[in-house]
Amino acid sequence: MSTIELRKVTKRFGSFTAVKDVDLSVAAGEVVCLLGPSGCGKTTTLRVIAGLESVTDGEVVIAGKVMNNLPPEKRDIAMVFQFYALYPSASIGENIAFPLYHDGISRAERTARVNRVAAILHLEHVLDRLPNQISEGEKQRAAMARAIVRDPNCFLFDEPLSRLDVELRQSMRGQIKEVLQGLSKATVIVTHDQLEALTMADRIAIMKDGLIEQVGSPHEVFAKPANAFVASFIGTPQMNLLEADLKTFADGTAEMAVAGINLAIRTDAAVARLQPGKVTIGVRPRAFTATDTGDRGTISARAELIEPMGAETLIHARTAAGADIRVVVTRSQRVKVGEALNLRPDPRQTHVFDGAGKAVRS
Amino acid sequence: MAESILGKFGFGRASGVDKAGWGRTLAVAVVAFIYFLPVLFIIFTAFKPQGDALLVPPTLSPTSLFGLIPDHFVFKPTLENFGSVFSRSMTPDGAPEATGFDRYFFNSIFIASASVLLALVIGTLAAFGFSRYPLKGNDTYLFIILTTRMLPAIVVIIPVILMFRVVGLSGSYLGIIMLYTAFNLAFTIWMMKSFFDELSPDVEDAARIDGSSGMRVFFKICLPQVIAGLAATFVFGLILTWNEFLFALLLSGPDTRTVPVAMNQAVSSGGRGTDWTLLAAIETLFLVPVFLVTFFLQNHLLRGVTFGTVKR
Repeated sequence: MSTIELRKVTKRFGSFTAVKDVDLSVAAGEVVCLLGPSGCGKTTTLRVIAGLESVTDGEVVIAGKVMNNLPPEKRDIAMVFQFYALYPSASIGENIAFPLYHDGISRAERTARVNRVAAILHLEHVLDRLPNQISEGEKQRAAMARAIVRDPNCFLFDEPLSRLDVELRQSMRGQIKEVLQGLSKATVIVTHDQLEALTMADRIAIMKDGLIEQVGSPHEVFAKPANAFVASFIGTPQMNLLEADLKTFADGTAEMAVAGINLAIRTDAAVARLQPGKVTIGVRPRAFTATDTGDRGTISARAELIEPMGAETLIHARTAAGADIRVVVTRSQRVKVGEALNLRPDPRQTHVFDGAGKAVRS
Repeated sequence: MAESILGKFGFGRASGVDKAGWGRTLAVAVVAFIYFLPVLFIIFTAFKPQGDALLVPPTLSPTSLFGLIPDHFVFKPTLENFGSVFSRSMTPDGAPEATGFDRYFFNSIFIASASVLLALVIGTLAAFGFSRYPLKGNDTYLFIILTTRMLPAIVVIIPVILMFRVVGLSGSYLGIIMLYTAFNLAFTIWMMKSFFDELSPDVEDAARIDGSSGMRVFFKICLPQVIAGLAATFVFGLILTWNEFLFALLLSGPDTRTVPVAMNQAVSSGGRGTDWTLLAAIETLFLVPVFLVTFFLQNHLLRGVTFGTVKR
């Protein structure tokens, strides 16, 4: 079975801990994205799976076998590198064929396989060229072809699309997803681009400072972020995180002071468990409704900057107490700079995070 | 074929001329000519009749260039001197005898290529080790390796002579080849290490993930990427070894004598004063092998020495 499992994996470089107690399992046919800011340990995690870094602690299990002490060449995995890592002195055809030399495959079979993946990835016309004679997109596809030409245990991708321009990135995203769907292998993709993760992954593992903050489906991590970090990391424009002072909670409504304004906001019932005190309120920019008249359920703010984004308009607003709020409204809703806004957060999309940043949810 | 040979010298490449412009190209050509002048003078001297070598003013050209050059600057080219290199009479009236220079040329070629190749093989492997599997205190070891080249040869030679005496290596091929290999090693390791340092580690990681062992990664992936470096190191090592005089003088025997040593003896023997045309002929012949090697490796060489600056 093509599976990957990390059990309490820790990787230290000297006194620096790059990856800490990571538990992660990837089922056959599943695509898991490791997502996080740079330096969060996601690439190290990938290299640990590949065997390019040894684990300090814990177990790496691939296809049901503990692989901790096996070198990369014995792990039977395929990896696509960020900078493609094509062999500069070999033609694209030879590059794709390279992994096949070790499996005792006949020359005819080798050629047939190279031609097959070259056809899938539209590389037939560049098979005789050297890596420095082809375009970035072709290099990306060649690296991909080299990975799928074999029948490995699993696939690893390190920032596979980061070097492509926006247009190419979109088409490659679809292409990679399509190819992976036909292979039913455990796949791990490292990326810092949330859109890439949200579109390609079955599940996303969000990492920060060597720890996995949350693992879940793209829908889950977006709709139910486990903590304030995940909430702010996923979604564009970023979720508004407002410092608040919780006073009371009754009948599904929390009384709190947000940026100096006393508000009564409908929230999750689990907020009842919280003691009065500091909390953080998270509301996505699209979860506000701008109303004409303010009441105790709205936040009043003044539009400071308007950014038209095409179908929608992003408004940067500021409350009297100086808290910044991002609001996205439809294009038809005309707002002028300096205009007063009454913003009503959608109660189903209002997240409450406790003093430690953990989501409070029933 | 003719085109490609001309191409090697940069002729027929319109783009090259376009970039620099004729004025600058001409200026460089003048400087290059001045640079080449001593070599050219020696080559011409090799073709001069014996008496012409010390003429004042000197004869300058084997041809009058259709009357452009006045007759008293023109000499009549002869191949006589090249014959004398290998066989000539050693006494004023004696019959011609073999000079042994065929042997000396063989010695030079054998000793230089053996030691440079040996240093290249050992040094490249060592350089890969220093680059990829650094020891604790890696730089210290690299520094120590270089110390052999930090002292003037004349200083280093004293302990070397003593060591060679004790183990009986003086005058043997093995001894001189070992010595040259050791000296070339320092240069080879430093040079090749910098080439390996430039390679992308990702490519090697990819090869390992694709199932290659460490050895295969080295031979199939790394080595093909540093061919330019190997060529450059080979040529520089060859030139240094080929022209080496002092060690050869003190450590080679009659059978293992190299051309620079023999040249010195040819000049100072015979009691007739220095035979300049003969010397020029030896030098001209001596120039040919290195010139050919450099010429055929030139394309690699240029890429080799500009690796870091151009390739990225």
